[in-house]
Amino acid sequence: MVPLWMYLVVAAALFSTGLYGVLARRNAIAILMSIELMLNAVNINLVAFWRYQKPGDVSGQVFAAFVFVVAAAEAAVGLALIIAIYRRRQSVIAEDMNLMKW
Amino acid sequence: MFEVPSLSDLNIAATLPVMSLVLGTCILLLADLFVPQERKQLTAWLAVAGLGVSLALSLLSLGDVTRFGDGDEAFAGMFVADTFTDAVNVIALVTALLGVMVAYNYLERTGTQRGEYYVLLLFTTAGVMFMGAAGDLVVVFVALELLSIPLYILSGFRRPQEASEESAMKYFLLGAFASGFLVYGIALIYGATGTTGLHDIWIAVDDIVAGDATSQYLLLIGAGLMLVGLGFKVAAVPFHMWTPDVYQGAPTSVVAYMSVAAKVGGFAALLRVLAAGMPHFVLDAGAPAAWQDTVWLVAVLTMLLGNLVAIVQNDLKRLLAYSSIAHAGYVLLAVAAAGSAGLADESAQAVVIYMMAYAFTNVGAFSVVIAVEKDDASNTGVTSMRGLARSQPWLAAAMALFMLSLTGIPLTAGFVGKWFVFKAAISADLFFAVVVGAVTSLISAYYYLRIVWYMYFEEGDGEAVIPWPLAAAISIAAVGTLFLGVMPYLLTDMAREITLAFGG
Repeated sequence: MVPLWMYLVVAAALFSTGLYGVLARRNAIAILMSIELMLNAVNINLVAFWRYQKPGDVSGQVFAAFVFVVAAAEAAVGLALIIAIYRRRQSVIAEDMNLMKW
Repeated sequence: MFEVPSLSDLNIAATLPVMSLVLGTCILLLADLFVPQERKQLTAWLAVAGLGVSLALSLLSLGDVTRFGDGDEAFAGMFVADTFTDAVNVIALVTALLGVMVAYNYLERTGTQRGEYYVLLLFTTAGVMFMGAAGDLVVVFVALELLSIPLYILSGFRRPQEASEESAMKYFLLGAFASGFLVYGIALIYGATGTTGLHDIWIAVDDIVAGDATSQYLLLIGAGLMLVGLGFKVAAVPFHMWTPDVYQGAPTSVVAYMSVAAKVGGFAALLRVLAAGMPHFVLDAGAPAAWQDTVWLVAVLTMLLGNLVAIVQNDLKRLLAYSSIAHAGYVLLAVAAAGSAGLADESAQAVVIYMMAYAFTNVGAFSVVIAVEKDDASNTGVTSMRGLARSQPWLAAAMALFMLSLTGIPLTAGFVGKWFVFKAAISADLFFAVVVGAVTSLISAYYYLRIVWYMYFEEGDGEAVIPWPLAAAISIAAVGTLFLGVMPYLLTDMAREITLAFGG
């Protein structure tokens, strides 16, 4: 069987990819996609820990389901905000949102 | 394989204050559809009714008349009903009531009177209440999202104004980013302890401390990542960048509410996770909990940056944003104190006292900004306070009181809050952090009293619009600030009863 640490490495790599995407991408939709990657990394972690440590107890799986639902809710609100902004400025580039600065 | 719990096992009675609010909000969501557009004030009144019922239940429970759970657990340990839950409920509901009052006319004159405003505000309040009652990391996560997602929408509520949309976008992207860290942390804690229940984590931590290094690292990283996620919500320093932009761009009525509500929720969850869940996470025997050093360091940075940057701000909303960052630092000091053995309850009491004082003062201060703000969101500069003492003496007096309270001058609520926070931190031997706290409080007097100076000693037109609901909100906030300052025992006697259900 594949050892647990391999899953954790994949999840950490996925999380880091998402992290890099959030910091480096300029398009708001790409940033949102990167955030989804980070949440998927969490799901891999949760399910792997569940399978290897507590297969009798469903809490890890249930948590993963909660993460899906919340990610979907976040995406719905986020895309609505992005559309609202796009209609006004014809742009979804995060750096163009610079009305306020200190 | 699965046992279906019976209704009596769920112990729904213990969750009555928050459940009644959630139910009321769902009804409001439907009822709002039948309220005609020109009479949306009716929705506000219904929201006030729902909040009132829930507040009455919470106060009865806090005042020991009928207890909804005395350290009881509901929903199989997911929900903890103890005195801390009641206190958080009361603070959240009072803030929400003031939030509805300040929005009542503000939405109308800015042309954003839509019924969903109140529904979203009530959902956020339910999120705060669930965070205070979290007995499981799943609840912490879902409640955090229930708190945040409506706030993202509310920040952009002044659509199609660009600044409001932009603030919503910034808040959303950074908020979702931070919640990614939070859940990753939760997943690692789950990996280390094999459970998401805080009570089980509390038990499991003892084994981990005695056991192998791998689980210790997992738990340490997990706790650190959770601190990032929650630190974002309360605007602690490395994660504060969103605060000034969001506070400046979002509708002021939303800021008045969320500057308090998001903090109350964040600190309640921090206490639940760190002080109740892992107080025994001690790596060297006899030392305080492993997370204490990080938390007080973050607190020191937050106090320094918040107060120093606030000095150069010329926009009232931005200034109050940095001031709210600074105040997050003071509360974090109390959270850090919870890491020393036996101080969990004292710290929880200090946090509750501080948040109660802060709720009245900060909502009050933002309400005054609402009064001077023009319909097109302009005139929020510090100079808009000029001449206010002559044209609106009562409004100016209230604002002066709020500024003194935020500084922490005796005989105001802010002083009582700071006193207890510093007392808890001194008990935990965090002397350096307390000195930084005292010095930064002194620095903060400069920018708070500058506003008082503008009001009383400079000439200006001092225009302000104060419809009666706003006047009522400002009066309640001022009376609360003054009463808790002059008669602190009102608050401290109540707070002395507050304990976290387990931990310590």
